[in-house]
Amino acid sequence: MRETFVATTTELLAEDPRTALVLADISADAFQPAMRRHPDRVLNVGIREQLMTGVAGGLALTGLRPFVHSYAPFVVDRAYEQIKLDLGHQDAGAVLVSIGASYDGAASGYTHQSPGDVELLDTLEGWTVHVPGHHDEVPPLLREAARHDDRVYVRLSLQENQHAYADSTRLRVIRRGGPLIVAVGPMLDPVLEATRDLDVTVAYTNTPRPLDAEGLRALAGGEVVMVEPYLSGTSARQVAEALGGRPHRVLHLGVGREEVRRYGSWQDHARAHGLDAAGLRGPISEFLW
Amino acid sequence: MTVTALPADALPSLIARMTGDEKHAPSSYSTLDVLWVLYDRILRIDPAAPDEPDRDRFLLSKGHGPAAYYAVLAQKGFFPLEWLDTMADWDSPLGNHPDRKNIPGVEIGTGSLGHGLGIGVGVALGLRAQGYTGSRVFVLLGDAELDEGSNHEAIAYAAATHLPMTAIVIDNRSATHGWPGGIAARFPGWITAVVDGRDQEQIEHALARRHPDRPNLVVATVEPKWG
Repeated sequence: MRETFVATTTELLAEDPRTALVLADISADAFQPAMRRHPDRVLNVGIREQLMTGVAGGLALTGLRPFVHSYAPFVVDRAYEQIKLDLGHQDAGAVLVSIGASYDGAASGYTHQSPGDVELLDTLEGWTVHVPGHHDEVPPLLREAARHDDRVYVRLSLQENQHAYADSTRLRVIRRGGPLIVAVGPMLDPVLEATRDLDVTVAYTNTPRPLDAEGLRALAGGEVVMVEPYLSGTSARQVAEALGGRPHRVLHLGVGREEVRRYGSWQDHARAHGLDAAGLRGPISEFLW
Repeated sequence: MTVTALPADALPSLIARMTGDEKHAPSSYSTLDVLWVLYDRILRIDPAAPDEPDRDRFLLSKGHGPAAYYAVLAQKGFFPLEWLDTMADWDSPLGNHPDRKNIPGVEIGTGSLGHGLGIGVGVALGLRAQGYTGSRVFVLLGDAELDEGSNHEAIAYAAATHLPMTAIVIDNRSATHGWPGGIAARFPGWITAVVDGRDQEQIEHALARRHPDRPNLVVATVEPKWG
């Protein structure tokens, strides 16, 4: 996904003089060609993530469309107040694009992991959040984000699904059956595998914010399982609001809040958080039957 | 910017109309002369068209104590003088910290310290990228505000990229631990001037300087903070 992001953003910089990119050293090498061609719009501020976001706010105030990029913990966690004030409070837009997700930086430890990024953005107004499940889903999301001035977060990950579902900003039914399971982004393949012999409906989205409330109401019966690649329960409020007024039970599965002080790979951490197929099957079966 | 005949000493009476932010009164008065010189003699901003893309930009980073800012903006015609009487009321556009969405002429909403300089760097870069090389960017900070580490990210980057922008630091010795070696020493790579923050001729001379390839710092010293 990172390579796709670099390629698409490089194209956007060439196509649209409104597009700008602000980096804090991460991926700077990959953007060297674009930086040489557009030195005024490809800006590497160094390891200064607060400034990276502040600069994006300033660029937006002059009419440019800034893309901002780094690891998720540095884009969101570290610069949270700049996101809140230098973008949101100014009513300035930007496209934040992160890599690292919840535990892609497994071997680097907790400092390089951001399971809470989407929940942090949920405290703020007006953010669209894209969590692509396949690298082919990334270009259309970035291109759409370049067309307007709203606030957009694109969360890239190493974990990908086998197939791309480009038209998935709303809930898209992948398998139709009994109770609804919603898989966000790269959680689709583990969910499909975990439930391959279960009578469930599996719906997919790469855009959890705004959550497709209409689609959720249409698809949900009395029971819903939400499977998300960030903190468990992040979408609890959105689901509750969407299904308010009708009896329902919801199981939220996602990354746990306890810090896993182990290294390894993202697959190891997915297993530790119960987000691999084997780990998902148990709680889903127990909840639904 | 239209130069008016109003002397700066008329502004305190306008500030006195605002009673909503007494705890920040020293902070507000500390900026008074600098703000007047900026809006009366330096900035190219038309109050009737405050969104022109090639205008100069003034960013009040030190959002505390905006009464002087409001008084100057009102006197220059950005909004009605009557607004001053309502500061911090439920229906007032004027809060104890300025909000760009509520007040014509206000470029950024501030209050939490340490945000204006980073945004100002972005504004300067955005103007340069779009060819508005004649537009100037000024950011006003307080000396205590420099305690915020985010400022130093912006200071270092502006110097490294030779960004033509101006930071004005009002020094009323309110930083808790002071600035040993002087404030200018915290801006390596910037062209610096230290002026009497009550001497409008000195202020004008310092702010009128243009350096196309270096950031510019003006430290305006005023009486120490009281109260």
